[in-house]
Amino acid sequence: MFAYTVKRLIQMVVVLWAVSVIVFLMMSFTGDPVFMVIPIDSSDAEIEQARRILGLDRSLTEQYFIFLGNLLQGDFGTSYVFRQPAIDLILERLPATMEIVVVAMVIATTIAIPLGVYAGANPGKPLSRLIMSGSLLGISLPGFWVGMMLIYFFAVEWRIFPSSGRGDTVEVFGVPTSLLTADGWSHVLLPAITLSVGTLAILLRITRAGMMEVSRQDYMKFARAKGVSRRGVLYGHGLRNGLIPVVTIFGLQLGDLIAFATITETIFGWPGMGKLLVDSIYRADRPVIVVYLMLVALIFVVINFLIDILYTMIDPRITVK
Amino acid sequence: MTMQSESRDPLLSVRDLRTWFHTFSGVVKAVNDVSFDLAQGEIMGLVGESGGGKSVVGFSILGLIDPPGRIEGGQILLDGEDLAKAPEDRLRKIRGREIAMIFQDPMTSLNPVHTIGRQMDEMLRLHTDMDEAARRRRCIEMLESVGISQAEDRLRAYPHQFSGGMRQRVVIAIAMLAHPRLIIADEPTTALDVTIQSQILKLMKRQVADHGASMILVTHDLAVVSEVVDKITVLYCGQVVERGDVRDVISAPSHPYTRGLIDSIPNPDHRQPRLSQIPGTVPDIRNLPKGCNFRDRCPRAQALCAQEEPKLAPTRQSLFAACHFPIGTGGDA
Repeated sequence: MFAYTVKRLIQMVVVLWAVSVIVFLMMSFTGDPVFMVIPIDSSDAEIEQARRILGLDRSLTEQYFIFLGNLLQGDFGTSYVFRQPAIDLILERLPATMEIVVVAMVIATTIAIPLGVYAGANPGKPLSRLIMSGSLLGISLPGFWVGMMLIYFFAVEWRIFPSSGRGDTVEVFGVPTSLLTADGWSHVLLPAITLSVGTLAILLRITRAGMMEVSRQDYMKFARAKGVSRRGVLYGHGLRNGLIPVVTIFGLQLGDLIAFATITETIFGWPGMGKLLVDSIYRADRPVIVVYLMLVALIFVVINFLIDILYTMIDPRITVK
Repeated sequence: MTMQSESRDPLLSVRDLRTWFHTFSGVVKAVNDVSFDLAQGEIMGLVGESGGGKSVVGFSILGLIDPPGRIEGGQILLDGEDLAKAPEDRLRKIRGREIAMIFQDPMTSLNPVHTIGRQMDEMLRLHTDMDEAARRRRCIEMLESVGISQAEDRLRAYPHQFSGGMRQRVVIAIAMLAHPRLIIADEPTTALDVTIQSQILKLMKRQVADHGASMILVTHDLAVVSEVVDKITVLYCGQVVERGDVRDVISAPSHPYTRGLIDSIPNPDHRQPRLSQIPGTVPDIRNLPKGCNFRDRCPRAQALCAQEEPKLAPTRQSLFAACHFPIGTGGDA
């Protein structure tokens, strides 16, 4: 286990390094950020000076190694736009994003698993067909459309929930959260539901496929021959055996939602990381984009590591090496 | 479960059982008018070729026939209670408690993600009101009685940490835990090494005797059966073609199909140049011919066999056979 963790840590460093190179190279092709930070009527001398201050006058290789050197000292670069450390900007907005993502994943999982188990255990029943058609719809509908429809009905027509922004927050251990106030929840629900739709549909289909496979196994019939109830057989014996692919997809979706809740956050004016990313791309705020994408890579690596550990807890036949 | 029930009353009485499967390509009459009795403490072999409906009989008794299969008719009387008409929640109390089942493949009949201990404990939790410590003691005793050493440690082990033979011992232990009165063993040794087979059979026979239980041993292997059972029921195309005490059936069967099955057992005492076999194959069960189902493969078939279906009738000694021209009766050369 220790050796495995060390191995995964080394792997993580390699991934992060590779991401930094790729992102750095890509960003250098996207134009000269100096024009974003200086007044439009600046003289050539002023432009040159700004370049020097930002370090853009050096070669790309030099820039990269300076960036890497700073990184190793804990300096992740400073936003051109906000003149603040890029990492602070991102971490400031991380709790807001995590909030809607966690609520979205809870919604998706608690609905997807029971429906998936039902559809997998009762293929061909009318309700199963309905569930599966619904899930196809969930996969096909684009998130922005779902968000707009929710706003139209719940915020405009029925006026149940607000259409945008983050509600009242309270600080818990220095982290602001809106999950402890009623106003906070009324703001969280619509974006969280919007985020959950696609994940719900995918998790449901994977759960169903797993349960259909598992239902054919002898140990399911053996459990029934022991006198276990149908429900007990499905959840006590079946589900855990069908869970490996579900957990895999859960991890990927979780990372995806954290990293790229961009569209939903934009529609609902949610002050999360995704909106920061979009804004930074518009403003060519290179340091923020680089740090953002490296953080995303880190999140994916960590989630996958945790998922691997989860595999071994779900299935004793799986060991990590 | 009346107090005055006579000792001769069978524990299990299956009457005209019909279990059919409604598939896209037609109705498969996997079990068609099967009847037999089983007394307390008796072991019966249910024998036939693959696809002969043997396993379906076992699953029908437990009410574990899944769609498209259905019990179409007949009675399954356990102590006079008709299981064919019992509701699911009643059947659930009977499964494991009154009737336990041992499956063919021990590699797949245990749940891979639960410990042996948990899978044993589940049986006792469902069917007894023992406390946790008592259940644990009982599980350890049971594992020891099926010949598993260090039982206490083994409770924490997972199925993949056991060999096939050991797993089947665990399955037997689970089946016996709640002291069921009837064991249905579906090809319990088929998936095991030959060297392990007779060990497991002896173990099962001893366990059944110790608990005073009855057993139905479903198998295609007559050699296996003859060592263990008291009586034999032979199925062919979902119907009983012969039944009787094991000695009578093995030494001088009266149905040509049984004869064929016995002759197909390799005999080390009489070296034959070729192993004999029954010619032809089992007919398509969705489309059975008129008359006797076995007539196309039968060396004794005559014109009558194509016209009239033979009924099960007494032939010699303890034997009943469904044959117009049973072996060893008049007209035999």
